[in-house]
Amino acid sequence: MQYHTPASFEEAAALAAGAKGTTRFLAGGTDVLVQLRAGMVIPDDLIDLKRIPGVSDITRTDDGGWRIGVAVSGAQLGAHAELVADWPGVVEGMELVGSTQVQGRATLTGNLCNGSPAADSVPGLVAACASVEITGPDSSRTVAVQDVPQGPGKTCLKPGEVISALILPPRGKNAGDAYLRFIPRTEMDIAVVGCAVSLRLDGDTIKEARVSLGAVAPTVLLVDAASEAITGTTLDDAALDALAAAASAACNPIDDKRGTVAFRTEVAGVLAKRAAKIAYTRAKGA
Amino acid sequence: MSKIHVTTKVNGDTVEFLADPRETLLDCLRDRLGLTGSKEGCGTGDCGACSVTLDGTLVCSCLVLGAEVQGREIGTIEGMGGDDTLHPLQRKFIEHAALQCGFCTPGFLVAGKALLEKNPNPTEEEVRYWLAGNLCRCTGYDKIVRAVMDAAAEMRGEAA
Repeated sequence: MQYHTPASFEEAAALAAGAKGTTRFLAGGTDVLVQLRAGMVIPDDLIDLKRIPGVSDITRTDDGGWRIGVAVSGAQLGAHAELVADWPGVVEGMELVGSTQVQGRATLTGNLCNGSPAADSVPGLVAACASVEITGPDSSRTVAVQDVPQGPGKTCLKPGEVISALILPPRGKNAGDAYLRFIPRTEMDIAVVGCAVSLRLDGDTIKEARVSLGAVAPTVLLVDAASEAITGTTLDDAALDALAAAASAACNPIDDKRGTVAFRTEVAGVLAKRAAKIAYTRAKGA
Repeated sequence: MSKIHVTTKVNGDTVEFLADPRETLLDCLRDRLGLTGSKEGCGTGDCGACSVTLDGTLVCSCLVLGAEVQGREIGTIEGMGGDDTLHPLQRKFIEHAALQCGFCTPGFLVAGKALLEKNPNPTEEEVRYWLAGNLCRCTGYDKIVRAVMDAAAEMRGEAA
């Protein structure tokens, strides 16, 4: 195994594009090192991105959004008061990943690239309309987060491509987001179902909404029907019931020891209601 | 496979070692530097027995490569007490009998110290959540939590 420390994303992409065998990019390492130890993936070339300038920075973009470096840890996100004020749902999703020790290393971009349908930070990013900048050997492109996962462990990244930053749009006024997951214990577990809701209000009425579900399909889902169920409403009981029905209808989960199909489908609706209520309260500024 | 020369600081002292690219920081601390206080429990970031601080942040040293720590600052259990003195957390672990086999203890102490530096007055719930990534199969955790709470009170200058 060769260990590389490129000084730019262009250099990282060129290294990956020129590599003959298995390549892995290293940011937080909380998945890559576990796979390495288990012998699941032993890269011929391991490309450490942490020496690239800016990868550990959280910066405001010119339009009022946020640019989050690929090596920013969960602990750094949680400690950033302004980011938490703008996107509490995105941050609370990431903070549910692993222990304090894992939070010291694990990153949003790594959680996304690991490609797990149950990744706790991804529904919040999808609901938030986040995107990623991808640097390739020949060109770069920007992709919406919901288009990155392509199946369990699979992403849209082509050989040689590397995510160079994560972009959150400007939060704007009268808006809020939230993420909830179901697990059978209180912490240190993988989501059986996860749900994120982001919405914007005009007075008491929801002007726009995005609802995303995790762990109920081969990829994290953006559920348009669930968003439509609450848009134009004041989140009254009828709207909440319609939201739950739409969320449950979108589920296509597996049946395993952590949850049956029927259970996951039911819980998706329950979590959608609860997350929407929290997002609504946050949008009200309460 | 060529080894990588790494210069870093451990407990304030500059050290250097040659790391195989696949060696973890935990392997390097134990096998290259002879600092065997950090333990390998699971090797996959689940048990916290290998907890160290990396530039002040609590991490599992089994999930860090030795090659990654060039120019960084590492804090291990060996840097916790003085030559003849114990850190208040170490003393309270003994007083409360917060250990039996002791294998998880260095990890709990390093994690507990990181908590009290960030939050000198944690609630019991905060202690339990912070230490959720440290597994102990002997004590049932109650004595560990009590020891951390008591050490925090002493360090704040309050009688427990």
